[in-house]
Amino acid sequence: MNSEAFRKNDQSVFYAVLGVIGLVVMAGLGAAYYMEHHGHVVTGMTNQIVWGLPHVFALFLIVAASGVLNVASIGSVFGKPAYKARAPLSGLLAIAMLAGGLMVLMLDLGRADRLIIAMTYLNFKSVFALNVFLYTVFFTVVALYLWTLMDRKMHGYSKYVGLAAFIWRLALTTGTGAIFGFLVARQAYGTALLAPMFIIMSFSYGLAVFLVAQAVMYRWNKRTLDEAVLRRMKNLLGVFVAAVLYLTAVYHMTNLYFAKQVDFEHFILLDGGIYTKLFWIGQILIGSILPLFLLFTTKKCSTVVFASLLVILGAFAQLYVFIIGGQAFPLNLFPGMEATSSFFDSGIHSYSPSLPEFLLGLGGLAAAVLITVIAAKVLNFMPKEDYSQAAH
Amino acid sequence: MSKTDNSRRQFIGAGVAAAAGLVIAPGVTLLDLAHARPADEAASSANRWGMLIDSTKCATGCNDCVTACGKENGVASTGHPEIDPQWIRKIELKEVKSGRSHSLPMMCQHCAEPPCVDVCPTGASFKRADGIVLVDRHICIGCRYCMMACPYKARSFVAEPITDQKPGRPRGVGTVEACTMCVERVDAGMSPACVEACSSANHGAMLFGDLNDSNSEISKRIATYATTQVRADLALNTGVRYQGI
Repeated sequence: MNSEAFRKNDQSVFYAVLGVIGLVVMAGLGAAYYMEHHGHVVTGMTNQIVWGLPHVFALFLIVAASGVLNVASIGSVFGKPAYKARAPLSGLLAIAMLAGGLMVLMLDLGRADRLIIAMTYLNFKSVFALNVFLYTVFFTVVALYLWTLMDRKMHGYSKYVGLAAFIWRLALTTGTGAIFGFLVARQAYGTALLAPMFIIMSFSYGLAVFLVAQAVMYRWNKRTLDEAVLRRMKNLLGVFVAAVLYLTAVYHMTNLYFAKQVDFEHFILLDGGIYTKLFWIGQILIGSILPLFLLFTTKKCSTVVFASLLVILGAFAQLYVFIIGGQAFPLNLFPGMEATSSFFDSGIHSYSPSLPEFLLGLGGLAAAVLITVIAAKVLNFMPKEDYSQAAH
Repeated sequence: MSKTDNSRRQFIGAGVAAAAGLVIAPGVTLLDLAHARPADEAASSANRWGMLIDSTKCATGCNDCVTACGKENGVASTGHPEIDPQWIRKIELKEVKSGRSHSLPMMCQHCAEPPCVDVCPTGASFKRADGIVLVDRHICIGCRYCMMACPYKARSFVAEPITDQKPGRPRGVGTVEACTMCVERVDAGMSPACVEACSSANHGAMLFGDLNDSNSEISKRIATYATTQVRADLALNTGVRYQGI
């Protein structure tokens, strides 16, 4: 076993870090048990805000999981040696993040104990059921891909399996976007634009996660990232962040053009309280403009990592506004009329996330980190410096 | 050889036949009166059960249908209005321009093309051949995707353990539920509880019947008067129609 990734540091520090991450995972599992035992009444989710904070975490992890695989795809499919050297780490992060995301999604189910039913009773008209299939195959293909990358005998197949993984990851993110894209009734969703938008979001979130993970591994091993590699990767992240910004603008501009959507846009962009703040300050300023400025002006690794962290923060803000803000705006059953009822048919729906929900989401994030750290400890996922020789 | 006395046997035979007749006859008579579907016969696409709601006869503040539904199905408030399931609710409407007001009950619209059924990953949400949309509580995993998809906010998630369920009305924590159009009553040849309550209080705002039967009262009314489907733009072909809005 080659444990280059962590061998230069004191073992006890490694185990302490592992212990802390493990505790966060345990807290997440504990929160899930608490929710399962008492019912969702202990969460902030209601019959109005049906999907809450756990879904923000789960969606971030699933979208970023498919995006983080891009680093490998750029190497294998598009033949860039600098990226090829990073392919194993990229594949590992993809598997770890998808596992973390699915853990949150599964444990939030009203009947998490019916996992077998979820996997054996499939309604193929449901994009959710299709996603079960997409996720399972993704795990398998990426695992095979890692095998071809890490076993010298299998190197010859890596290009083909890499291509399959690349195509599959595009299908997977399309499926994730379609979960919302296929909702006919809600004003925030129900547009085919969400499929390509989620793909671009995955490019951006995934690369940001990769840059942070890579920096941590280099720092831990007291290695310095090659400047040329850093420059290429940070510029690429900048392009992805700009692309997300572009699609966000197209999404809102299209809505603003449709008279029936104007009230909803007014809510998100102008007077939606927390959602408006999260949109302009969280997603646009902190998650897009500021990282764009930093990425295109700096040459320092630490600034790139800081910008990547801002992109990740912006991603959470974006998903919060998208998922929860989208539900907070009431369904319009009777256009042109004001409706009131005992079932909250009027007004903006309120949502206050509870601690168990937050811990469950954080637990999923920690599970992804835990899988990555353990795998990096036992196998060699450290990017090779002499990447020119890593190209096959 | 002595002659066998058959009178005892005859008496017993006649007694059994009479008892059997007494047991079966009322059932047969009821069956005949109510035109109910035998328990072993599947729901048929020859029927499309539906409702017509006349909002001009539905009074603001009247909650008779909601109360009857709660009583029939054992759906009660638990003191958490935002998470309490509501199978049927009264909506008060006011036209923004004219100020004209309407009152009407809103529940599962039993769509012919139900979005909840399309999105359900396990097939727990399903539509019977006779158009009634239901949730199979045994295979509902509680993902709430159907609640995201329903345009009518007709579905509720059971967020707390339930202790006092009514027999024959399956409900359970962690699953999604909605108006069943009182499917057990419909199968027994009766009207849904809400419709019955509305009629027996002489409001006459709710009518239940077979949309596929051109001679039914509901079909005749729909053929005569202007009726609407809520969110008709979505082309879901709802089983519940409204008059007067």
